[in-house]
Amino acid sequence: MEFDSAFEARMKKRYRAERRFKGYCITGLATALVFLLVFFTDIIVKALPALQQAEVRITYVYNEESADFPSAGIQEDYYELVSRGWLRIVPKRMRDNPELMGTTEQTWALATDGVDQYLKGQYNKLSEEEQALADRMVAAGNLRLAFNTGFFTTGDSKLPEMAGLWASLVGSIYVMILTFLFAFPLGVMTAVYLEEFAPENKLTQLIEVNINNLAAVPSIIFGLLGLAVFINFFGVPRSTVLAGGLTMGIMTLPLIIISARAALRAVPDSIRQGALAMGASRWQMVKDHVLPLAMPGVLTGTIIGMAVAIGETAPLLIIGMVAYIPNAPETFTDAATVLPAQIYTWAGEPERSYVSRTALGIMVLLTAMITMNATAVYLRNRFTRRW
Amino acid sequence: MKRTMIGLLVALPVAMVLNVNAAEARDTIRIVGSSTVYPFASYVTEEFGATTDYSTPVIESTGSGGGLKLFCAGDGMDTPDITNASRRIKPSELKTCMDNGVKNITEAIIGYDGIVVAHHIDNEPLALTREELFLAVAEKVPQNGELVPNPYKKWSDINSELPNKEIIILGPPATSGTRDAFEELVMEAASEDMEGYDGEAYTNVRQDGPWVDSGENDNLIVQRITRNRDALGVFGYSFLEENADKLQAATIDGVEPTPENISSGDYPVARSLFFYIKNSHADKVSGMDEYVEMFMSDKMIGQRGLLKRIGLINLPESMLEKVQKSVAEREKLKMSDLES
Repeated sequence: MEFDSAFEARMKKRYRAERRFKGYCITGLATALVFLLVFFTDIIVKALPALQQAEVRITYVYNEESADFPSAGIQEDYYELVSRGWLRIVPKRMRDNPELMGTTEQTWALATDGVDQYLKGQYNKLSEEEQALADRMVAAGNLRLAFNTGFFTTGDSKLPEMAGLWASLVGSIYVMILTFLFAFPLGVMTAVYLEEFAPENKLTQLIEVNINNLAAVPSIIFGLLGLAVFINFFGVPRSTVLAGGLTMGIMTLPLIIISARAALRAVPDSIRQGALAMGASRWQMVKDHVLPLAMPGVLTGTIIGMAVAIGETAPLLIIGMVAYIPNAPETFTDAATVLPAQIYTWAGEPERSYVSRTALGIMVLLTAMITMNATAVYLRNRFTRRW
Repeated sequence: MKRTMIGLLVALPVAMVLNVNAAEARDTIRIVGSSTVYPFASYVTEEFGATTDYSTPVIESTGSGGGLKLFCAGDGMDTPDITNASRRIKPSELKTCMDNGVKNITEAIIGYDGIVVAHHIDNEPLALTREELFLAVAEKVPQNGELVPNPYKKWSDINSELPNKEIIILGPPATSGTRDAFEELVMEAASEDMEGYDGEAYTNVRQDGPWVDSGENDNLIVQRITRNRDALGVFGYSFLEENADKLQAATIDGVEPTPENISSGDYPVARSLFFYIKNSHADKVSGMDEYVEMFMSDKMIGQRGLLKRIGLINLPESMLEKVQKSVAEREKLKMSDLES
């Protein structure tokens, strides 16, 4: 077959355009990947030093003097090496355990931030004598870098060597539990009513528009709402898990409603008609047939909503959860802080060693979010049925 | 499953109501206020929580103004017990306090904070006066007896002895207490004696580029001036101390910002740091007196105190004793104290 040359030229042009378009798309993807790579490398490189923490081997003497002045219990030239966070609890420990009096103990104690930074080869304010002492002690095996367990078992501290993530991790878990308990039942019930029972009229349309709108409202607005409604009106104490969970709850609610409605809508009408034809009431139809089939979709939406909430700081700023709270909450009315708030606080600290702790905190938060999102994807692939 | 959910939905509002009743007395001290005082105050609360049997106080960093607003909102147990401030309480704020029933307040001064103008460590040392700094950042400057929009683009335009470099100053935004202090200590001080402003304080910062509002987080300013050798940064002294390997400070009116010069008052851009105590809460919140006592002790704010290590600049000896005494006696802050 013969094509005229104009046709050939047009054809080539169209192919070229297609290749160009594909090229643009790949460039877009590649740029995103490069950003992601740079971001992750930066965070990981910064975070690695925080996985280790300097410890110093000391022989501690418990006597009358060290009960009043804890630093009297160690050798004088170790004064600048042992963290105050370790020393200051000695008097209390001796009050609580009177049998310690008169004994000596060999132990690995937390070293100061300066020593820690020096061993890691980072900027520090140690004097030359102190640096020489540290070098000698490393050579003698009395000073080491060990895995930083404290980071995962203690709360925030103003002594960088003591600062950990535990309290905020527990805080985040508590807040998420409450968010789930508050938003999930309300969200699913709302979605079921709107999808299965509500008549189609102006009012339900208005509600629908509003819910969609709420899902796009900036999160800080929910913080203000939480402050006005929960704290000022209901008298929920500031900075508490309860205040945080409820505020996060109303923030996640629209997301859950929207995804639950989409999941319910995806259940084919034949299921509903089948159930009704067998004499089921509408309530039975929803409870026994529609809702169980829609559940994977509902859960996926819920988990994604919660993953958004776990990374949220702005609303918590307003209700006082971005604060110095070193203890993990025990009840829902305890004051608590959460992971992103802890990261935010550390990012503003002047001490240099918070840089690596901030980065490690970010990694923990990212891991939590990736786990949640992966669970959502798994649930969707594993349980979603195609009709 | 369903039943427990319904149970919870009922339980939540009940729990809220119970909480209101539980707020009559507290065993955790609540503190709000300045982000500049926050590192020092939270150091003390941590020490307090670790070494005593009281629970660790909760501190929120709300800024000085925000803290005083919450503090003065009322006398109830749902209001903070202590607020930190990087400036003195204003008469208008004290009046709000009084009007809302917060009548018995004690003022405590804990030390000083210097505001530094820093730049890259590899640059030539820089000596500025407050007038030069003012001319670099003011929106309108006097020229031939008239106020004109700031024409200075380079430091050498202001004073030929200054480097031939573009003016770029990264500083705190208008909501920050550090900015308030910068405006008061540099801009007001410089403009009052300058011709063209008729003896009035002028604190409008230029909007045409050379001054860059850089967010509340001082670490961001530090990061940016370590990458841009032409830029100057304005922030608190403790950030300079922590980054002494990357930054140096300009001298202001010939004085270097060192702890000694700030404490003695020689360095002109320094301010006092305060906290305010709501005395009516002292017997309802356990540990409040002990916390105040610990904060005001020599161990914390004395010449060899722990807070010195994290960048607090001490009060001179005689002043410290006076302040410790007035706080120990819980001297009541009066309107007339603020007018002096």
